[in-house]
Amino acid sequence: MEKIHLQYNVDGDDLTLAGEASSDVRRVLRQLGFDAETIRRAAICMYEGEINMVIHAYGGVIDVYIDPDSIEIIMADTGPGIADVEKAWQEGYTTASQTARDLGFGAGMGLPNMKRYSDFIDIETELGKGTTVKMIIKINS
Amino acid sequence: MQIKTVRDILDAEVLCGEEYLDQEVSSACGADLMSDVLAFVKDQGILLTGLLNLQVVRTAEMMDMKCIVIVRGKTPDEKLVDFADSRSIVMLRTPYSMYTACGRLYNDGLVGVE
Ligand SMILES: Nc1ncnc2c1ncn2[C@@H]1O[C@H](COP(=O)(O)OP(=O)(O)OP(=O)(O)O)[C@@H](O)[C@H]1O
Ligand SMILES: [Mg+2]
Repeated sequence: MEKIHLQYNVDGDDLTLAGEASSDVRRVLRQLGFDAETIRRAAICMYEGEINMVIHAYGGVIDVYIDPDSIEIIMADTGPGIADVEKAWQEGYTTASQTARDLGFGAGMGLPNMKRYSDFIDIETELGKGTTVKMIIKINS
Repeated sequence: MQIKTVRDILDAEVLCGEEYLDQEVSSACGADLMSDVLAFVKDQGILLTGLLNLQVVRTAEMMDMKCIVIVRGKTPDEKLVDFADSRSIVMLRTPYSMYTACGRLYNDGLVGVE
């Protein structure tokens, strides 16, 4: 299998669309025959990240690289950046708006979740410039 | 337990996914916080919730859940039902509150996962 590259533009204005990209990646991974647990881990990581891009930033671009032993997800937004990354990692820490809370988000569980379900995660962020989250999910074998 | 038994226990109405009522589920989860579902759900096939938005269906989709139960008789709009349908997820509507609906299911053997 050759390395597959998928790219998505995430619309920052439409909360109802958030998750489209994750849903598509999940579909592709199923078609490629990955095991259910790997697909679920990748889907959760990407979905949490995609929601964050919409509720905390203004959308952005997601690149996904799939090869037989790993899935790499790079989510780049041009949002406000994260002031205190240390805090952002903590369970329960959130700055989510009421609109996001009304949809069932804002528990401050997204980043801890992404950490739990990925094998590698790194955040690069600059105030006023944006945030890039990179995650790697290794395939269960 | 088959989803149609869940329907009967909850006196629920089937909003979509009639063709999947024979599917088996062994546990359920009740939540209005989608991040909690994403964090803690393991193999629960059913999500009971009072929330009515597309992200509920997306969350269930990401977690491979088979059925969403809308509690307290709330009416989701057609778009939401169509979306669940497009994801092959059964959507039920029960008149019971979250607490009562979960209690009825638990009582009849549909456990949670801790
Ligand atoms: N892409 C981003 N841009 C700017 N800030 C972010 C971004 N992602 C996360 N944050 C900040 O980090 C905090 C924690 O994020 P996390 O995903 O853990 O929780 P949440 O999104 O607030 O709630 P939940 O994910 O449970 O719905 C956010 O509230 C926000 O302040
Ligand atoms: Mg989040």
